[in-house]
This record gives sequence, structure tokens and C-alpha cells, in this order.
Amino acid sequence: MIRNFWLKLIAPIDGPLLGFSALLLLVALIAVGSASPERVTAQLLNIAVALTVMRIVAQMPPQRLMHLALPAYAFGILLLIAVALFGDVSKGARRWLNLGFMRIQPSEVMKIAMPLMLAWYFQKHEAMLRLRDYAVAVLLLLLPVALIARQPDLGTAVLVSAAGFFVIFLAGLPWKVIIGLGAAGAAAAPFAWNLLHDYQRSRVLTLFDPERDPLGKGFHIIQSTIAIGSGGILGKGWGQGTQAQLEFIPERHTDFIFAVYSEEFGLLGNLVLLFLYALLIGRGLMIAANAATLFSRLLAGAITLIFFTYAFVNMGMVSGILPVVGVPLPLISYGGTALVTLFLGIGILMSIHKNRMLVQK
Amino acid sequence: MEFKNPQEELERFGGRLAFAGGFVLFCFALLFARFVWLQVIQHDYYQTRAEENRISLVPMVPNRGLIVDRNDVVLARNYSAYTLEITPSKVKNLEQTIDELATILDVQAKDRKRFHKLLAESKNFESLPIRTRLSDEEVAIFIAHRYRFPGVDVKARLFRQYPFGAFASHLLGYIGRVNDRDLEKIEERDAEDNYRGTEHFGKTGLEQHYEFELHGITGFEQVEVDAGGRAVRTLARTAPVAGNNLTLTVDAKLQEIAEKAFGDRKGALVAIEPSTGGILALVAVPNYDPNLFVDGIDSQNWDMLNTSPDKPMVNRALNGAYPPGSTFKPFMALGALTLGKRRAEQTIFDPGFYNFGGHTFRDDKKGGHGSVDMYKSIVHSCDTYYYMLANDMGIDNIASFMGSLGLGSRTGVDIDGESEGVLPSPEWKKKRFRKPEQQKWYAGETISIGIGQGYNAYTPIQLAQATATLANNGVMFRPHLVRHITDTRTGKQTLIEPQPLKTLPLKQEHIDVIKNAMVGVNKEGTGARAFAGAEYVSAGKTGTAQVFSLKGAQYKEGGMKKELRDHALFIAFAPADQPKIALAVLVENGGFGAQAAAPIARQVLDYYLLGKLPKAPAPADEDAVEEDE
Repeated sequence: MIRNFWLKLIAPIDGPLLGFSALLLLVALIAVGSASPERVTAQLLNIAVALTVMRIVAQMPPQRLMHLALPAYAFGILLLIAVALFGDVSKGARRWLNLGFMRIQPSEVMKIAMPLMLAWYFQKHEAMLRLRDYAVAVLLLLLPVALIARQPDLGTAVLVSAAGFFVIFLAGLPWKVIIGLGAAGAAAAPFAWNLLHDYQRSRVLTLFDPERDPLGKGFHIIQSTIAIGSGGILGKGWGQGTQAQLEFIPERHTDFIFAVYSEEFGLLGNLVLLFLYALLIGRGLMIAANAATLFSRLLAGAITLIFFTYAFVNMGMVSGILPVVGVPLPLISYGGTALVTLFLGIGILMSIHKNRMLVQK
Repeated sequence: MEFKNPQEELERFGGRLAFAGGFVLFCFALLFARFVWLQVIQHDYYQTRAEENRISLVPMVPNRGLIVDRNDVVLARNYSAYTLEITPSKVKNLEQTIDELATILDVQAKDRKRFHKLLAESKNFESLPIRTRLSDEEVAIFIAHRYRFPGVDVKARLFRQYPFGAFASHLLGYIGRVNDRDLEKIEERDAEDNYRGTEHFGKTGLEQHYEFELHGITGFEQVEVDAGGRAVRTLARTAPVAGNNLTLTVDAKLQEIAEKAFGDRKGALVAIEPSTGGILALVAVPNYDPNLFVDGIDSQNWDMLNTSPDKPMVNRALNGAYPPGSTFKPFMALGALTLGKRRAEQTIFDPGFYNFGGHTFRDDKKGGHGSVDMYKSIVHSCDTYYYMLANDMGIDNIASFMGSLGLGSRTGVDIDGESEGVLPSPEWKKKRFRKPEQQKWYAGETISIGIGQGYNAYTPIQLAQATATLANNGVMFRPHLVRHITDTRTGKQTLIEPQPLKTLPLKQEHIDVIKNAMVGVNKEGTGARAFAGAEYVSAGKTGTAQVFSLKGAQYKEGGMKKELRDHALFIAFAPADQPKIALAVLVENGGFGAQAAAPIARQVLDYYLLGKLPKAPAPADEDAVEEDE
């Protein structure tokens, strides 16, 4: 009876995916345990919720997900519009929607709804993909990205547009179009510069020379690079990082947790982390390659690459080679929302993998 | 437009996926390269930066050494007091903060002025006092409101205190906040590390001259700090070593009696122990209160001290140069004996004037002193004797003999900024003047040099040193205020100047002639009234320095403005056979030496030799008989 229940429970679970995620969660608990010990319990709770979400989603067949695509996207857009109209302002940005009993961040929804919608769109036009379809896809992508960027939330805008772009790219957007768009984008960069908010511009400027404002905007990057650099090859040991323990690292349990981890576990720890991410991403790409439908392939590929984007942007920013855009380190940073979104993605990957043979049958 | 071809499409998807996978690996490799750069190649640099972040060296300023007199009376000490300090770099709106502070504590206009002066002078992120000497109650009030004032804090600091206030200020000097010039001195000695955290520096007097003895060795506390600069724990500690204590040769009681003897008159007195060169008293009045300078003087007091016509900031003992007047005569006589220009018993006839080069040099005694030998020339201060002698000796001989007594050059006393005075000579004139006609030395100028007038200008300490050298039979010491320096850690005492500077090539019989004549001055001459009834044998010489030339007109005392009156001088030593003390007194605009200066010397000698305390400031003896001064 119990055995039966257990088998049923683990039936939709993909072993390797769960294994790699579990190892990353272990790293997360170690890092949070050092950066902010009092939050470990809360993070354990977050993990429990996220795993439950994963398990539920993993059971849904991809067809059902397909049906959810359009409603989820439309709902997301509506929420974003609502935020723009009635949202709460915090730290100069309008990101939150107060529902009375809770505050939600609708841009988070878009991280999954976006690839879902585009994958659904390409699946629908599978028979005959024309350039016009790509153009429509780009429009579907730009609408929410513009709303998010307007809040402004550069980090989420980057992640959502990356998610959408991955779908379009994997769907086969011709190379010449990609290169052409890239060139046009580069040409348009100076105009985009003028559209940025002052704080966004200064973040970009500070990226190139953090020392130009060592007490102000450059402080975060300087302190996190000092933390990483002083960690050396083997690190200072758990709980021994002076940069972390003496609070020189800002936001050390959330966006900058990598600096804490890297200071205490060194280059070796970083290598382990990169390796775990590579395994997770590799498994995701494999699932995408084996997926049954175009929708599944695109969705699995995009979700996997979102993981990569999160990891790369975060580690790049903390180590000082990318601008500070407020992206958490996937599965490691403290916080429930991002964790749930990520495990939702993992759940979808599991579902796709589970159902890879269905159509063939 | 393309048609669906599942196989082809799957292949293309696979290609795109492979590309993405490659891109992922590329990006991760990039990250890894960045980590290697930071954690392996640049590791040492970041390690250092992390340590710099973490460890803060907090200097612990040592206690400044004490200054005590020869009997261990404390003249400069330290006390601990609370100050309210603002760190300007941590305060957004200084004025507003000060205004708000003024609502809970007493912040006066002068506190603000001082703060702004300090603010203009400071360059680093140091904290500056807005209020000093808070009472316990004020500290409590501030602590209760501290949350409202980030960047403002109460600090316990050691302050310098001169317990007797306006007393001996020209010898003690004072300390003030470190300024650029002080920093240069610190850098010259490579003492920057030892002065981290030190806010005060000796500005004048002994405080300045012995700054590096008094300062001590700064201790350091290695503190681990967090990002907010708060100390988390102490890692290591090197205790500060208090500065060395100075024990003076000065007798504070004697100094007090000497200062009081001046009453409200201006002037200087330097008393020296002839056998050591140790200064027993160094008076320059008026004094000022050195305590005013310790926390930064307010502009009102500063203006007052600097614009006062009495010039209280001038150290008259070292920086006032006065013609010695007739106090010059014993030294002239000694020179004449030494050079063989006169014998003691040789007499001249004094008709009351001396003609030279068509100019008549007057003797103050109408009709003259008649037949005058060396003894009488000193006892009655006969000018004519010295007019002639000066002419016979010649300016070069006078200059070289007086120069050998230390006149016209710095004595090297342990206070900085001493003046040279003027030892007149043809060479000096050439250097002093620009125009050729002014550079020439006229023989007539030599004549008035002989009676201590003319270009002659010496500091009271030079006169005192010359007197002490005479008293000590030609063995010369460098006058000094500090007898020994005590290392507070080991208790080891280092003596200052125990060795004589030089011994002058003088004959004892010549010295005895002069000493005997100076004894005669106090017994039967110009000093007799001042020393009437003294229970010891003293030697002295009165003098009067002309403030400006009367061109032959009679000097009438009552009819002159006080600041145009002559300066009164007196040199003395006692007991005459075994001198324990030699001194020079100068009273600015005091009139005759016998009238104003000799009574001061009497009080000083009475106390030093007999322990007799005077009842009142030395009275000006209006009936004193002045002969040729």
C-alpha cells in the first residue's frame, strides 16, 4: 500500500533531473546557512512548496500545458497592465500588485508563460512556418517585455526576452535574420541608451569601471569581486568568509549569494557549481532533443536555457563581467518565488520527458 | 514559405540545440576563466583588499609627558574630559546638525567659529570637536538623543592643562591642533606613523622644543570591523607608551616671585645657575594663559592677544633685543684688562663730557666724576671712562670680546625661535645696510657702543648668560631649562647639558677686579639703595637703555609718554664669592635701572638665597640716585 503510493508518487519524476537539482539545493542550504543561518528553515519550507509544485506539474501531460498557454499568457499580460495602472511602488519601481491578501509580482508569471505561449504558437503553425509567423512571435514577445521594462525591472525583462528568444531561435529563425537583427540592435544601442533610466545607465557605467564610484554604485561589485578573489583556490571555509560574515557583501543571501559561496569554497567550489549546472542543463537539452512534439521540444529547450541564463547572468554580474541586473542564482539564492518558478520549469521538463513516446504510440 | 518535413525539421532543431549547448559551454568557460583570474592570478591582491576591509588599525594616543619644576611642582599635565565631536564626512548638513545640537546642549557662537576654523584646516576624515569639556549631565543628555545625530559622538580625550594658567607661559609654551607646518616637521622625522591619531603638537616654548620627547609612542589596536565600521573584536593590541617627563632647572616658586615682582610692568628676567647654565627663572611679562590654545583658541581671545599694545605673545626674554646700557660696562672693563688696554688702577680725568670728531659725548653727571679708575667707573657708572676706552679698544676688539661672551648670537637655549640681537661691528654694518654710505663704520659710532648704546641690542637671556659666565669665572654653559628627561617606562634620567660649552681665556685677577667693582655697585654705588641691608654679598650693575635719542636734551622723566621712557636694566649675581645665581632684569619703559630693575633683582635674590618672601611687587624706587646710566 505504502509502496504503491510511493511508486505513484515518484512515477512522473525524472531521476537525473531531480538528483542534480537536489545537489544544487544542498549547495543552496550550505550557502544560505553561512550567509543567513536564520533563513535556513524558511528556505526548507520554500523548497518543500517548490517540490510539490514540481510534482504536480510533472504529472500534467504536455497537451494540458498547451491548453494553458494562451490563458496563462493573456492572464500575465492583464496582470502586467494592472501593475502599470495600480501597482505598488517600491525602490523607485512599480513591480508589485497588491491583491489585498497578498502581493504578487506578475512579471514572474511571464518567465514560464512566455515560452509556453510561443511554443504553443509555433506548434499551431507547425505545418507551414513563414517569416510572418516569426514576426508575430516577436511581437508576442515584445509586448510583455516592454511592460516589464517599463516598471522598470531590467533583470526580469532580460530573462523573459531571453526565454522568448530561445523559443524563436529553436523554432528555426533563419540565421541571416538573427544576424541582421543583431546588427540592427547594435546600431540601435545608442538610442536605447537614451531610453534607459538613470539608475540603469549608471549600473551599466559602473560595470565597466566599478572603482569610479567605490562608495556608491560600484560598492556591490567591488566587494563581491574582493570576496571571490580572496576566496582563492580552496576558499576560506564554511562560515569563515570575512567579506560575507562582516557584511561587506550586499544582499548576500539573495542576488549576491554566489560571492558568499565563492569566498568560502573557492575556485573548487565554483567548479562544482558550474559542473552541477552543466549537468542540469545537459539533462534538459537531452529531454528537449527527445521530446515528442514541436511544442514540447521548444518548451523544454527554452526552459533549460532559462536556467542557463539565470546562472550565467547572476555569476557574471557577481564576478564583475556583467551589469548588475537583479537576477537570482537559480536554485541557490534565498527566496520562494523564484524557486517555485524554477521548479515549475523542472516539473514541465519532467512531464515532457515522461510523455516523450506518447505521440509515437 | 516552407513545407513541413519532420525529419528535416528535427535535424534542424537538433542543430540549434547543439549550438545552444555549445554556447552554454562557451559561457561557462568564460565564467571559469574569470574565476581563475580572480581567485588564482589576482588572489593576493584581493586577499589584501579583504584584509584591509576587515582589519582596522586604531591608534591609541599616548599620554603626553609631564613638565615639572626642579622641585616636582607640576607645570603641565593632562586630564581626561568629554568632547562632543562631529565627523563631517558622515554628516549631510553640518549647519542643520549643529543647530539641532544647540537645541539640547549649550553651543555658543565661539564654539561654532572654532569648529569652522578647524574644519577649514582639516583635510582627512577626522572628527572635530564642536564642544569641549562636557559635564556629566551634558554627556547624559546627548547620549539620550544620540540616535538623532549620526556622525556625532561623545569622545573621552586627554587634554593638556597648565594648572597655573597665565604663569611661565613663555617658557612652557603651549600645544595646539596639528597644522600643515607641524605635519612637515613630523614628516621630516619620519614620525607619521607615531603621530597617527595625535591631534596636538607643541607650538612654542618647551612644548615645541621637546615635542618629540613629550609625545610618547602611539599604541595600536588591531580591530576587526564590519562593513559599517563597527568594531567586532580586537585582534591585537600594542599599548601606547607615555611621553617622557621633563624636569626643569626652573624653580617655580622663584619664577612666581620674579613674575609678581614686575607687577603690571612689562619686561623680562632670566636667572641662571652659573655653575650649570640651568635656568632658575625665565620671565617674560605679560604672560598669556596657554590653556586658551589647547582646544583651539577662539578668535576673540586670539585677536585680543595679538592686538594688545602690551604684546603678551612676545617672549621678551628671548626675542626682545635691547641696548644693554651701562650693564655693558663691566664686560667692557673686563675686555680692556684682558686685552691690556687698561690696568685696574689706571685713572682718567672726567670733566663731564668727551669730545670726539667734533662731537661732544655727555656724561650724565654734570661736572663729571673727576679722577676715575676702573673700580669707580663701574661703581658710579662713569660714561666718560668708557667713551675713552671704546676709542682705545676699537670696534673690532669690542665686537670680538663681546662676541666671545655670547652677546649677539643665539645662546642655544632649549626654546626655539630665539633672536640673535645685534653685536655691532663694521662687518655687521656691511651686511645690515644696502647703501654704501650707510655701510661705512664711523669712528664716532664706536664711542656710544662703549656705554652699551648705539647699535648694541641684546636679548635678556644673552645678558644673563654673559653675567653667569663672569660669575662662573669664564666657564660658559649653554643656558637650558630642562635639567633631565625621564623615560616614564624605565625611569631612566637623561641629563641635559651637564658639560660646559667653553672656558674663556680670562685671567682670574682680571675677573676679580670686575667682580669686586660689581660688589661695590650694590654696596656703595648705583645699586646700593636697592640692596641696602641685604644679608648676603651681591654683585650688580645697573643700566638704562635709551628708547630714542634725546640729542643732548636733558632727560626729564615725568614729562614723557610712558612708552618713550627708557628701559631699566640690572644684572647681578650672588653670593659674590660663590655665585649660586646670576640674572639679568629688564623693565620696559621702567626708567632708570636702579629705580625699576634693581628692586626686582633684590626680591629674586632674597628669595633664592634666604627664602624670604616679598610682601608686594618690587616698588619702583622713585628716589633712586642715578649717576651715569
